[in-house]
Amino acid sequence: MNPTLIAELVKIVGKDAVLITPEDLAVYSYDGTFEEHCPDGVVLPTSTEQVSQVVKLAAREQIPVVTRGMASGLAAASVPFSGGIVLCLTRMDRLLELDQENAVVHVEVGIITADLQAEVEKKGLFYPPDPSSIRHSTIGGNIACNAGGPRCLKYGVTGDYVLGLTVVLADGQIIHTGGKVIKDVVGYDLTALFTGSEGTLGVITEALLRLTAKPKFARTALVEFNSIEDASQTVNAILKAGIVPATLELMDHTAISCIEEAMHLGLPLDVEAILLVETDGQEETGVTREIETAAEICTRHSARKVTVAKDETERQGLWKARRSVAPALARLAPNKLGEDITVPRSAIPEAVRRLKQVSAKHGLPIVIFGHAGDGNLHPNILFDKRDPQQWAKVEQMVAEEFAIALDLGGTLSGEHGVGTLKRPYLERALGPVSVEIQKRIKRSLDPQNILNPGKVLPD
Amino acid sequence: MSLPCNLTQPQENEYLNCIRCGLCLAVCPTYRVYKTETSSPRGRVALARKNLEGELELTPNLAEQMYACLDCLACNDICPVGIRPADLALEMRHVQEQIRPSGWKDTLFGELIAKPGRMKTATLPLRIYQSSGLRRLVYTLHLRRLLPARLRDLEGMLPHLPRRPLRRVLPEVTKAHSKSRYRVGFFLGCAQSLLFADESAATVRVLARNGCTVITPRDTVCCGMPAAGYGRMDLAKAHARFNIALFEKTETDVIVTDCATCGSKLKEYGQMLADEPEWVERAAAFSAKVRDISEFLMSIPLEKPAGRIEARVTYHDPCHLRRAQKVWQQPRALMQFIDGVDFVELPESDWCCGSAGSQLITHYETSLAVLERKMDNLKSTGAEMVASGCPGCQMQLTTGIKRRQMDVKVVHPIVLLDQAYAAEENSQ
Ligand SMILES: Cc1cc2nc3c(=O)[nH]c(=O)nc-3n(C[C@H](O)[C@H](O)[C@H](O)COP(=O)(O)OP(=O)(O)OC[C@H]3O[C@@H](n4cnc5c(N)ncnc54)[C@H](O)[C@@H]3O)c2cc1C
Ligand code: SF4
Ligand code: SF4
Repeated sequence: MNPTLIAELVKIVGKDAVLITPEDLAVYSYDGTFEEHCPDGVVLPTSTEQVSQVVKLAAREQIPVVTRGMASGLAAASVPFSGGIVLCLTRMDRLLELDQENAVVHVEVGIITADLQAEVEKKGLFYPPDPSSIRHSTIGGNIACNAGGPRCLKYGVTGDYVLGLTVVLADGQIIHTGGKVIKDVVGYDLTALFTGSEGTLGVITEALLRLTAKPKFARTALVEFNSIEDASQTVNAILKAGIVPATLELMDHTAISCIEEAMHLGLPLDVEAILLVETDGQEETGVTREIETAAEICTRHSARKVTVAKDETERQGLWKARRSVAPALARLAPNKLGEDITVPRSAIPEAVRRLKQVSAKHGLPIVIFGHAGDGNLHPNILFDKRDPQQWAKVEQMVAEEFAIALDLGGTLSGEHGVGTLKRPYLERALGPVSVEIQKRIKRSLDPQNILNPGKVLPD
Repeated sequence: MSLPCNLTQPQENEYLNCIRCGLCLAVCPTYRVYKTETSSPRGRVALARKNLEGELELTPNLAEQMYACLDCLACNDICPVGIRPADLALEMRHVQEQIRPSGWKDTLFGELIAKPGRMKTATLPLRIYQSSGLRRLVYTLHLRRLLPARLRDLEGMLPHLPRRPLRRVLPEVTKAHSKSRYRVGFFLGCAQSLLFADESAATVRVLARNGCTVITPRDTVCCGMPAAGYGRMDLAKAHARFNIALFEKTETDVIVTDCATCGSKLKEYGQMLADEPEWVERAAAFSAKVRDISEFLMSIPLEKPAGRIEARVTYHDPCHLRRAQKVWQQPRALMQFIDGVDFVELPESDWCCGSAGSQLITHYETSLAVLERKMDNLKSTGAEMVASGCPGCQMQLTTGIKRRQMDVKVVHPIVLLDQAYAAEENSQ
């Protein structure tokens, strides 16, 4: 980056907030995938005003600006393939206001989601979205990807909790969308537009988030099945019975053995699938009744064994296990590629069957787990990227995974987003009209194409 | 650009499977202070890998990222893949030393620290400063105000130095009070001997009282942690060999230490010398005998002290005890064994205090920033005493308490037990 520009950036954010050494650039080149590309500089602003000035500068110089949270993203969405400035918001992490009366919290979006959750829970409030990356992702990243998690089945995704945003636009202007109100039909819903926009439409700097009361009780059951078909039919039966568990998580055999190897929790190693069912609520009797009914339904649908966690420690243990599935897979191979295709719930058994076929055909393992309640599956291909033959196969396999999802009436991604990795498949998923409209939206908000260029939409 | 091939360097399997999930960022004290990828475990793994694969040079800045790591091991513990970023950072320091050796480290770690006699010489000015009353003078004249804040913190961190190092005072054999049931080797660490002699004296008293004949070899050299920390794995190994041979002669059942850091290093000897055929078995046998004082005491029938300690006490987990040795229940149990002790848990008790040996000197700002979090937590407990079985942590906590002008005493858990025994004798 040229020295005058660096000097100007330093003037805006201060010396310790502009990083340009080769070491800094190297570590800001990646996210939670294996993709990488160095930026020309990294800027760590501490206020919306600073963000606005940095973006103005970038607009003047026509330099790409790639917004970044904690880079836990799984779509290479924050990898700066076109160089430019990485605008990292991790230092904008203050909780600005906790309005207990209205159950609304106002935060700077660099705050770590788990930190936010812990803060509001101190006051008896609850921020429900729970991506597995809750301890290592930011609210900004969650909003920009509209992150979901196990609890989404009952509580919804990140976007369902966003009431308003402060966004810096591509020319540096600051806009506020929404507000503390729950209902708002004045004008287009810009809050929703920026939610899930993966840094391509604006830089989100602050958010107003809706909170609820923290459920006082939760019960979790671990259910073992001899076949994935049985497990997914059970999921449908539970939901049909009118029970809405907070979570309904599915793990296949490989996933189970992988966690067991890493964490030694005593999980059964001779089953085909496990369902993790959790009910929660404000009343103990209701919560217990629900988990008991769910357990009965499981047994009726040929579950091999149902174990309800005895206490909070046991329950936490189960969740810790679930959260560590994806990373634990890395013990098996140097690389893994996890997609998050989503299909209608009833199509889960068919999707699983076809995914196994893909795996068998190409000779690389696919591990399957996911949020069975929403039909959101995480097939993870395990491989070694250094082997060009394997890599070629992986690319082929991914295309086949997406084809399965679309064939069964599903979609490419339930939560990770498009980023770079799913971009080639976008047109097939959405159709040309939708893509064209989205391109126009992008053009009108970012005519110079400086905000996270080359992501989401095809050229 | 790639490294010469005859170096001792990290193996590919130590970094290859890092999936860059970022989970380790959540628990890294240096990341939480600077909020930059460069100061995170994932960043350190990436830098190590890029250097080892020839993509980045081992610049001073790259090495600095390895030295900025507190070696608190939190990342090692949390990584679901089994990557050990903390170990990688230490190994990279060693790589750098092999390429660009800094001569002073030979003198410091090979001569001064390694040889207890020499270390005494090194701390001589300090000891004169204290015992000559100069320290009092400095205090009374408020001369410390004139010192820059940084020096003031360093000075404030020092405990009252004993007139003579404990190594020279403690008998080589201390008999058990009653019937001798255990023959215990005591590894007297450098910091304990020179700075916290009272604590180690207490350790020996408590052991003897509980049926141990305590053998304290006078010639022990440094455990090797400082040398390893500064990239001199070679010197650390030399220390290890020396200490192993020394303790073999004592024919003891166990080797006890009251320093968390020494303990963690001594337990590592087996692994450190694993590729030296002549030493591998001897080192493993040595390491298998090593116990932290609390670990050992809680494993034998311990005499219940009749004396009481009336105090609200909390406990800070030294990283090198809790994570490196998985010893965390025993010190708590030991203190709760004493009547009158009102034990409160410290929130985030296992979060690093920022000491990391010499980080307050080498990385002043980082060290203090990490310490602030500890102090906020300490304040929330309302404790009158904070116990911790590590000299580094004790000095760091003392600095924090002085800076905030809090009224909290820093102690080693063993001292409480010793005092409870003593209180009983006084009342008799
Ligand atoms: C182990 C693991 C488990 C995961 N589990 C889940 C899960 O259960 N559910 C789920 O949905 N995801 C999950 N993810 C994916 C990832 O954690 C989420 O996408 C998360 O929301 C990313 O947040 P981040 O702060 O890391 O953002 P980054 O990765 O830094 O960025 C992601 C995208 O958001 C954009 N962005 C970030 N901040 C802003 C901002 N302030 N303004 C505008 N754009 C911005 C970036 O430009 C980029 O396009 C997981 C990832 C890992 C590694
Ligand atoms: S070191 Fe472990 S926890 Fe950290 S990013 Fe790599 S795989 Fe994840
Ligand atoms: S050892 Fe501690 S300071 Fe060093 S990288 Fe790991 S967590 Fe961070």
